[in-house]
Amino acid sequence: MNEIKEKQNCENQCSGLCCTRVENFCVNFGNNKILENVNLHIHCGELTAIIGPNGGGKSTLLKAMLGDIKHSGELKFFDAKGKHSGHPVIGYVPQNLHFETGTPTSVLDLFMASNFNTPTWLFTTKRIKRKVKESLSIVKAEHLIDRRLGALSGGELQRVLLALALDPVPDLLLLDEPVSGIDQNGLELFYKTVSELRDNYDLSVIIVSHDLEFVEKYADRAILINGTVLCNGSPKDVFNDKETLKTFGISWFNNRSNQLNVEGGN
Amino acid sequence: MMLELWYNFTDAVLPFQWLGHEFMKNALLAILLVTPIFGLLGTMIVMNKMAFFSDSLGHGAFTGIAIGSILGLMEPVLAAVVFSIAFALGITFIKNKSRASTDTIIGVFSSVAVALGLVLMSFGGSFNKYSSYLIGDLLSISASEILLLVFVFASVVILWTLIFNKLLLVSVNQSLAGSRGVKTLPVEMIFTSIIAVIVTISIQWVGLLIINSLLVLPAAAAKNITSNVRTYTLFSVMISVFSGVCGLIASYYFNTATGATIVLVSGIIFFVSLAFKSKFD
Repeated sequence: MNEIKEKQNCENQCSGLCCTRVENFCVNFGNNKILENVNLHIHCGELTAIIGPNGGGKSTLLKAMLGDIKHSGELKFFDAKGKHSGHPVIGYVPQNLHFETGTPTSVLDLFMASNFNTPTWLFTTKRIKRKVKESLSIVKAEHLIDRRLGALSGGELQRVLLALALDPVPDLLLLDEPVSGIDQNGLELFYKTVSELRDNYDLSVIIVSHDLEFVEKYADRAILINGTVLCNGSPKDVFNDKETLKTFGISWFNNRSNQLNVEGGN
Repeated sequence: MMLELWYNFTDAVLPFQWLGHEFMKNALLAILLVTPIFGLLGTMIVMNKMAFFSDSLGHGAFTGIAIGSILGLMEPVLAAVVFSIAFALGITFIKNKSRASTDTIIGVFSSVAVALGLVLMSFGGSFNKYSSYLIGDLLSISASEILLLVFVFASVVILWTLIFNKLLLVSVNQSLAGSRGVKTLPVEMIFTSIIAVIVTISIQWVGLLIINSLLVLPAAAAKNITSNVRTYTLFSVMISVFSGVCGLIASYYFNTATGATIVLVSGIIFFVSLAFKSKFD
């Protein structure tokens, strides 16, 4: 009897730290089932990478967690005392902005629009500028404050959006990694910044990733999604799973073994 | 009473020949009230690539005026405002819910609206008395209409101050705006309703054919030569007012349609701004 009770406790709470739970998420577009019975348990201070094939529902899952897409199931957040504290504060970095590159919106304008009540079209103040610079300094992007969004490189834009997602500091940080537009160095810097954030702040990070190398290097956990959760565990376990092999194909697997062998040889 | 003040002011400060007539004084005041609104709203229309959308709102307003006249109301403007708001909300709602191409949806609504308006107005062969809505006549503006403009001007500035930040965020990215707690649909509906109101009441002075140019051109020119939202808004409003006043004076001396002359001036400014565009990239 006691044992059962304890087990229930475990399921409703988290062991010590805060956590976020995704319970029975289903998403349908018309008659198409995009996601089915997705259950996740994400701890604070963990970097969780979501991987999977294109069209497998990775970005859809993030948008459903945001509440941007209609879905069934619940998103629950428990704070460090194991108390159910409702909906988490979510920071979100979208995959693409799809804005017109000629737009006159500057980085400062973007921050003002989302964090201040002062009408952006009318005036700005020194106090606002100082606060925005503080936010940008977390991702080392203070110098970009007066640049137009359209004039930023893919990597710079990504860092600016990350700074925006961290102000105010969220419980849950959702990142949708862009498929294109960022070079390898920019991506490496982005992952480094994110993994530093995970260490310095008490937040859970979920990143939709297309780059398995970075997942292996930086993520604490990997989740393979194709319509539903196929595999969930440490990046090593997931990468050695036969579902992952099936999803990404034999050529990816061979490439990876070769690389591992080379690294092992050195 | 307020108008007397304005007349005395212009006589004292601007003793030009073209301002000698009372209707020109009225027209100048109307332009100083309505062009800043066009400049202001235009910034967001251009930024959101909604030029086609705002064009269709003009068509909705046209139908509204037709319906107002058929119902036999003394002032068809009120019926027109109600209809165009409903029209604008309808398109915005369907645009958000449907996954079909926005372009097509707007095109369909727009053509049906303008066709319905034309059918209603030509019913019984009486189209001629409505033809002023196609070209518009700014010089016919009356004192009570100017009072209405003062009220609209104040309301737009207040609303714009309240919703601009949310609109800007939605324009950058909807999901991002959602994650910051912005309710996209209501914000967009307020915005499109404001455009619907201003387009509907100005259509009788500017005309259906060119009203959209007044919304789009000043902001499009300003966008070429600015790199943040504050200078963008400032330039858009200034270009709009400048073209309005220049267009009014030119139309007086050349004896041309005022609305169209204003559009030509802002068109020239747009092409000049293109030449400086590369400096702001």
